[in-house]
Amino acid sequence: MTLGEKSITTRLGGPANRPYRPRADLFRAACWIASALTVALLVFILGEILCKAWPAITKFGLGFLSGVQWSPNRGVFGVLPVLIGTAASSLLALLFALPLGLAIAIFLSENFLPRPVRQFIRFMVELLAAIPSVVYGLWGIFIVVPLVQQYGAVLADKLGFLPLFAGPTYGNSLLTASLVLALMVLPTITAISRNSLVAVPPTLREVSYALGATRWETILGVILPTAAPGIVASTILSFGRAMGETMAVAMLIGNSQRLSWSLLSPSNTLSALLANQFAEAEGIQISALMYAALVLVIMTLAVNIAGDAVLRRTQRSLVGLK
Amino acid sequence: MTSLNHTTLQTRNLSMNRPFLAAALIASSALPNLGAATAITGSGATFPAPLYQRWASDFKKVNADVMVNYQSIGSGAGVTQFLQGVTDFGASDTAMKDEEISHARQNAVMIPATAGSIVLAYNVPGVQTGLKLSRTAYIGILVGGITKWNDPAIAKANPGVNLPAVPITVISRSDGSGTTAVFTGHCAEVSAEFKEKVGSGKAVTWPVGVAGKGNEGVTALIKQTPGAIGYVEYGFAAYNNLAMAALENKAQNFISPSIESCAATLASVKLPGDLRAFILDPEGSNDYPVVTFTWVLVKKTYGDAAKAAGVKAFVTYGLTTGQAAAPQLGYVTLPPEVVTKAMAALEAVK
Repeated sequence: MTLGEKSITTRLGGPANRPYRPRADLFRAACWIASALTVALLVFILGEILCKAWPAITKFGLGFLSGVQWSPNRGVFGVLPVLIGTAASSLLALLFALPLGLAIAIFLSENFLPRPVRQFIRFMVELLAAIPSVVYGLWGIFIVVPLVQQYGAVLADKLGFLPLFAGPTYGNSLLTASLVLALMVLPTITAISRNSLVAVPPTLREVSYALGATRWETILGVILPTAAPGIVASTILSFGRAMGETMAVAMLIGNSQRLSWSLLSPSNTLSALLANQFAEAEGIQISALMYAALVLVIMTLAVNIAGDAVLRRTQRSLVGLK
Repeated sequence: MTSLNHTTLQTRNLSMNRPFLAAALIASSALPNLGAATAITGSGATFPAPLYQRWASDFKKVNADVMVNYQSIGSGAGVTQFLQGVTDFGASDTAMKDEEISHARQNAVMIPATAGSIVLAYNVPGVQTGLKLSRTAYIGILVGGITKWNDPAIAKANPGVNLPAVPITVISRSDGSGTTAVFTGHCAEVSAEFKEKVGSGKAVTWPVGVAGKGNEGVTALIKQTPGAIGYVEYGFAAYNNLAMAALENKAQNFISPSIESCAATLASVKLPGDLRAFILDPEGSNDYPVVTFTWVLVKKTYGDAAKAAGVKAFVTYGLTTGQAAAPQLGYVTLPPEVVTKAMAALEAVK
């Protein structure tokens, strides 16, 4: 009680009468140190990776990014197929997850169902984020791989003339990894999209109804456009998450550094390549892997910064509407 | 405390009370050679890891003074850790490269510890056992020239076997591994096409198929994929009941992988003075073609008598009593003359 009174008096008394409180200063110093350490750690990690990667950077230059062959036994290192695999698996995952996640977000932000039921569904979707990556990998191996093997063969048979579905079909393929990745990023997309849908000011909705728009028209014409920046941000953040995902992808993508147009062919991603080859790497291969890690870090950082910037802009633009 | 010498400390060990023991422990950490148990750490190849770990636990029963800890982190990392002095012994299933040897020559000895074969395991619907693969056939499969199981090149060696028209999925290792090095070494030796398209080494680029991490990853993929074929270490394949193909050897006989056929290969190998031998394509008529020794790396001088004695005792145990455990785990007992040479090399350790 005394503490409360004291703080009230200090507040009323103004800065001149404020007694010296070492705890606040200590706390501020601790916060400063903690945040400085976080930044320092990132700089340190980047510096360390850059140092280790330097021999490969000077040796292979930018040709590393356009090289199509990764053969450690011959000292040939090129990551183009892996870069394409990283981008393709993440984009495909978004392609699957975005419509689904958005639909769930709309469903959960409208009053289609009683609130407790919505809360329950929301909780279940967000729980997906708590499942460890390796469990997704195992689930993929036992459920998704056989499915892709079975239906992929049908797909290759019927649509094999398109390079996207050309055979031979593999169970462990780009498609398999993307499907599981889609499930893994679903909670991110759903949660952030739902938040931005809920944040749409109720006045907008009421005005839309008042003008005679149906619910369908209101959702499509008013709510979604207003929440669009938030939805875009959720997509970009999920993209970053999908690119960095390692374990489940390494278990499902087939780990092959070959260029292929087909979704049914095995592929590889930067993070899976690192996870697979680091332990036994030696000499210039370690450098090349560090170079690949650097590329991955830069890609993920760029994507995350972009996502964050968009998210910030959304919040700013919504402030005016409230 | 420091005036206590080694023997008195050991003889009084049992009757010590607690504070005295604590004081003795502090003293022993300050002075080497005083501790009751010497800890020996080793790391390296995953291929012989089950055997080394078995040796370590059996060795503890006969020699309670020495605690051996072996971690299977891979040949490459094992050799690096050993050369950096992090571990007391290393293990590698590809003999060290010449430059590594010269780097460590002053102070390293390679001792063959066991041997094993690498097999082509398969999962072909309707063919439970007894598949034979000629050199043309398995090289063709691996480089992508043969894509269906009913290909004439496979059928030729398997009269009477009903081979399905299922596509072939080649399963390889996604991680760098000594197993890959030995297997590709053999393939590159027997086929110029393989040498040109794939080459040999711990991590190569395969023209076809998918890759799994570790022997276990490859095994899982083979089990799960109808039409799969992949290379795994024999002990692993046997333990997981995978069907293994008989391979054509240099004498043009089809030899099934087994402890016996692997031993036959080893018997025909002449070990050179430095105990490094690469068995790329054995010539004996009953030799299984893909066989490798696996080596333990020890230092010549440890600068610590207890450590040197511990390492020596452990490796000696492995080379003698420990050899009996090898066949139980899918490895091959070393031929007596190899053991003799290995024991002689071990003498140099001080």
